[in-house]
Amino acid sequence: MLKYTEDHEWLKADGDEIIVGITAHASEQLGDVVFVELPEVGREVAKGEEIVVIESVKAASDIVAPIAGTITAVNEDLPDSPGAVNDDAMSAWFFRIKPADGESIDGFMDEAAYQALIG
Amino acid sequence: MSDLKRTPLYDLHVALGGKMVPFAGWEMPVQYPMGVMGEHLHTRAKAGLFDVSHMGQVLLRAPSGTAADAALALETLVPANILGLPEMRQRYGLFTAPNGGVLDDLMIANRGDHLFLVVNAACADQDIAHLQTLDGVTVEPITDRALLALQGPAAQDVLSRILPEAAAMKFMDVAILPWDGAELWVSRSGYTGEDGYEISVPAERARAFAELLLADEAVAPIGLGARDSLRLEAGMPLYGHDMSVDVTPAQAALGWSIPKLRRAEGERAGGFPGADTILPELAAGAERVRVGLRPEGRAPIREGVAIWDAENDGTLIGQVCSGGFGPSVGGPVAMAILPAGLAAGDTVWAELRGKRIPVAVADMPFIKPDYKR
Repeated sequence: MLKYTEDHEWLKADGDEIIVGITAHASEQLGDVVFVELPEVGREVAKGEEIVVIESVKAASDIVAPIAGTITAVNEDLPDSPGAVNDDAMSAWFFRIKPADGESIDGFMDEAAYQALIG
Repeated sequence: MSDLKRTPLYDLHVALGGKMVPFAGWEMPVQYPMGVMGEHLHTRAKAGLFDVSHMGQVLLRAPSGTAADAALALETLVPANILGLPEMRQRYGLFTAPNGGVLDDLMIANRGDHLFLVVNAACADQDIAHLQTLDGVTVEPITDRALLALQGPAAQDVLSRILPEAAAMKFMDVAILPWDGAELWVSRSGYTGEDGYEISVPAERARAFAELLLADEAVAPIGLGARDSLRLEAGMPLYGHDMSVDVTPAQAALGWSIPKLRRAEGERAGGFPGADTILPELAAGAERVRVGLRPEGRAPIREGVAIWDAENDGTLIGQVCSGGFGPSVGGPVAMAILPAGLAAGDTVWAELRGKRIPVAVADMPFIKPDYKR
């Protein structure tokens, strides 16, 4: 089941890891994405830490780690084709994170709550 | 946004899905549903329609009823050869400041018995007050006309279907052309590096004229976002970013707009604000000058990014004044005012998120312009 953060990330549980991307709403707000910088695999990150740089034609922004954990994989195609974020935000994942002990995504918004947030 | 002014095309922008933002006191479309990247590429491939009605349109008249007398008066504020501007031709110029900086840039057209000026929106009030200090000329701000720009390789075909006379115009020609009972003020010019036209239309006819252009399948509406990336790729400076009262014409790489005849020993040398600073600097060469930059990789370097002369330690040599992603270049492009002597291909370093990335000094424009000279 998909969960959503207030920072407009989608979170998808896959085994004991979480796949993270940004929502279509976020990609529309950003405009055409022209640059993505991903974290190193193996990096331990804190919740809220800025770990992805994303630049659109308009501005630079960050994507934060939704939970504490370890980066286990990144979407290596994305830096070469950042426009994929605009083409299909739900397919253009950024990274996979293995939650640190005690971390969970259960408390994040579900689809209905996220839709209510973005109106 | 209640204090913001709206152009005669405001309702059309909203109807077209334009995302309206505040800009220089106006509520303007930054983009349409096509998006900045798509709008930029469409303009370079076909034709883009821009609403630039926020820019200031001004008529300058001398009591003698000759453009020459208005030109001589304007030459005391603008170091250009305005007296030598042929009838129905347009030229670029700068309002200079007493300290040698630039107050604004403008377009000047000779319309036979008077001059027609187009100035930046953010500077319009200041420019008009500045013009009103001139003795013996009448300054007439035009507030009842919209200004549109039609830019791109299809612009001639599109416009000449409506105004056949537009096809024969050359780059920087101006014309006053009738359209359906209205008078259009047309120039073959623009701010994109493409062939195209700028067209002043009576406010009450602006929407109909814009819709007529948009009815052509080659034409798409283009917002301020793509206007900025297009002019950046074309190497054109933006007032308040690449030039300002703190930047001289030579530093802004705009010395070309000051002809020999207004320089030291010239026929009409000096006689404009800041000449004592501007002319010696043009003769000796500026110590710092605006150059193009092409960062390695895909990361844009934007306004304010620090530029260093080395990857580690070294000296801070300037900062980016305009920068972003160039959709037609397919990579990031930028401009900065850096120490003179750097040549295309030299490497400088941009500090981005704590890291320094290599940036090549580059010739401008970043794309090859296609003007009909």
